[in-house]
Amino acid sequence: MTYREALNLALREEMRRDPRVFVMGEEVGLYEGAYKVTQGLLKEFGEKRIIDTPICESGFTGVGVGAAMLGLRPVIEMMTFNFSILALDQIVNSAAKLCYMSGGQYNIPLVVRGPGGPASQLAAQHSQSMETYFYHVPGLKVVRPSTPGDAKGLLKSAIRDENPVIFIESETLYAIKGEVPEDPDYLIPLGQAAIRREGTDVTVIAYMGMLYRALEVAEELSKDGISMEIVDPRTLRPMDTETIVGSVRKTHRCVVIEAGAGFAGMGSEIAAEVQEEAFDDLDAPVVRITGENAPMPYARNLELLKTPSKDKIAAAIREVCA
Amino acid sequence: MAQTKAAVPSARLDQGLARRLLTQMQLLRRFEEKAAEMYALGKIGGFLHLYIGQEAVAVGATSVTRPEDYVVSSYREHGHCLAKGSDPKRVMAELFGRRDGLSKGKGGSMHLFDKSTNFLGGHGIVGAHLPLATGAGFAIKYQGGDQVVLCYFGDGAVPEGEFHESLNLAALWKLPVIFICENNRYAMGTAIHRALAQTEIWRFAETYGIHGEAVDGMDVLAIRECVGRAADRARRDKVPALIEARTYRFRGHSMRDPAGAVYRTKEEVEREKQRDPIVTFAERCVKDGALTEADVKIIEKSVSDQVDEAVAFADASPPPEPAELFTDVYKD
Repeated sequence: MTYREALNLALREEMRRDPRVFVMGEEVGLYEGAYKVTQGLLKEFGEKRIIDTPICESGFTGVGVGAAMLGLRPVIEMMTFNFSILALDQIVNSAAKLCYMSGGQYNIPLVVRGPGGPASQLAAQHSQSMETYFYHVPGLKVVRPSTPGDAKGLLKSAIRDENPVIFIESETLYAIKGEVPEDPDYLIPLGQAAIRREGTDVTVIAYMGMLYRALEVAEELSKDGISMEIVDPRTLRPMDTETIVGSVRKTHRCVVIEAGAGFAGMGSEIAAEVQEEAFDDLDAPVVRITGENAPMPYARNLELLKTPSKDKIAAAIREVCA
Repeated sequence: MAQTKAAVPSARLDQGLARRLLTQMQLLRRFEEKAAEMYALGKIGGFLHLYIGQEAVAVGATSVTRPEDYVVSSYREHGHCLAKGSDPKRVMAELFGRRDGLSKGKGGSMHLFDKSTNFLGGHGIVGAHLPLATGAGFAIKYQGGDQVVLCYFGDGAVPEGEFHESLNLAALWKLPVIFICENNRYAMGTAIHRALAQTEIWRFAETYGIHGEAVDGMDVLAIRECVGRAADRARRDKVPALIEARTYRFRGHSMRDPAGAVYRTKEEVEREKQRDPIVTFAERCVKDGALTEADVKIIEKSVSDQVDEAVAFADASPPPEPAELFTDVYKD
């Protein structure tokens, strides 16, 4: 099953299970989703529960928050996460804080989902890693599902969660295929990392497109006797520090790969956590391999330079293991 | 779609209603006068935005809706919260930042919430709660209920995109939301003609094809009539409305703007005080024979006692436990 189909299945199953769940966003109904994640949902669930909105991200995200206050469980689609910047106030100041500001009287079981991260020649405004904007905020949970199975299991957990969950998919992964359990109660708990490849020499933390690049590099470097352990955090907030640190204690080296610009990125946070928790276990400083600190260019050659390449990743890992 | 005239004075006022409205307006006024004193004493911190002068809007509108209806408001919301039925003791305790406050002291003046009265909160970002009100209207329709939502905001929210996004969505989807713009003529220090190309705010309703109306925001009976009609329509036909209540705040924008003298004249403020919604309504009640002057005095006294009790309660309530810093960030 493809990643796209896994998301679609998760939405169908949760909507069948719970009448409070509805999907709202631009082109989610009649058009069946800009990336076809909501294909067939209008036909199965009707206009009451699959709601096309005009282009007003702040407005319809706020509608989701208000509906959640009255007990519904909205799934808000961002056509792409780039547009979520228009709804940032509703996500950061309303969704994330209402539970706290109301002393626990109102919690917001809201999912905001859609594709994000680097795409292909979409240039600066449509091709960027947005998770950094969200995982800084107490009150939000942030998920980045890298495989079709995770897409299903994590989206279902996100919909059942009592809190606002930012769920960022990827345009470049929608067509990938993988194992997806049929079980309608297949859930992956939020805040649980997965070890994608076991190894002994270095812990590499990567997700989404960078995970697949890391897996290819691991294959290549194994021929030279370098054994990479690859950890996919899956949920960025809450972060499964225990699994990451546990792996570092075993391998004594740590490399974080991220597609987004490096300054104050996920790599910075993981590097800090690892040195706080496992400084004495480290045989080398934590290395960050990140996107360059520039907006995403359009020209193909420049675009390839912006995001960490396989060669760059391989070279950095060889160096840290030398 | 024009300005509602004041309710016809020939209709004799019901004694019980007169007493109820005057008591509530007095409670809102006295509560905030006291809150201002407590602010000066350092018992209340941060921002404190007073509603003094605008009481007729919250009291009139709430009086024609049902307990199961919803209210959403901005950061100038003490009045809306009290009118909706919250316990003044717990509201004052929230202003004091104490554990018996509505939000356990974690919200403060700008973030009052009361699930027990369907008060969906005080929201601090101008315009941001209009989509929330629209969402509440969406949920009512989704759940097949017959409640309505009252959404209060100031003239300062009208230039915000979310005002227009919300009116469009509520009109497009036919949602039972009554948008009540309390036009007090100043967004902080910016006069309405310096902020809006269209200063007849109720006219924005025409753009979205919904009912719009301006009403004297100092006349509690006129507000009852106007909001009452909008609420009936919203309940029956699931349609929104935009009401512009023309009012005035007698105090500054917040306690840090006590005189409000830079952007408006003393003469203007004094002139507007002649329209004081409480004084004019009390006079009318007495003139009408609905209440005696003695009744008015008794109401003042009982409300004043109630507010004193609220202060005593707030003062006696301990601050939140340090562990509360980390509770309610997430719900399990």
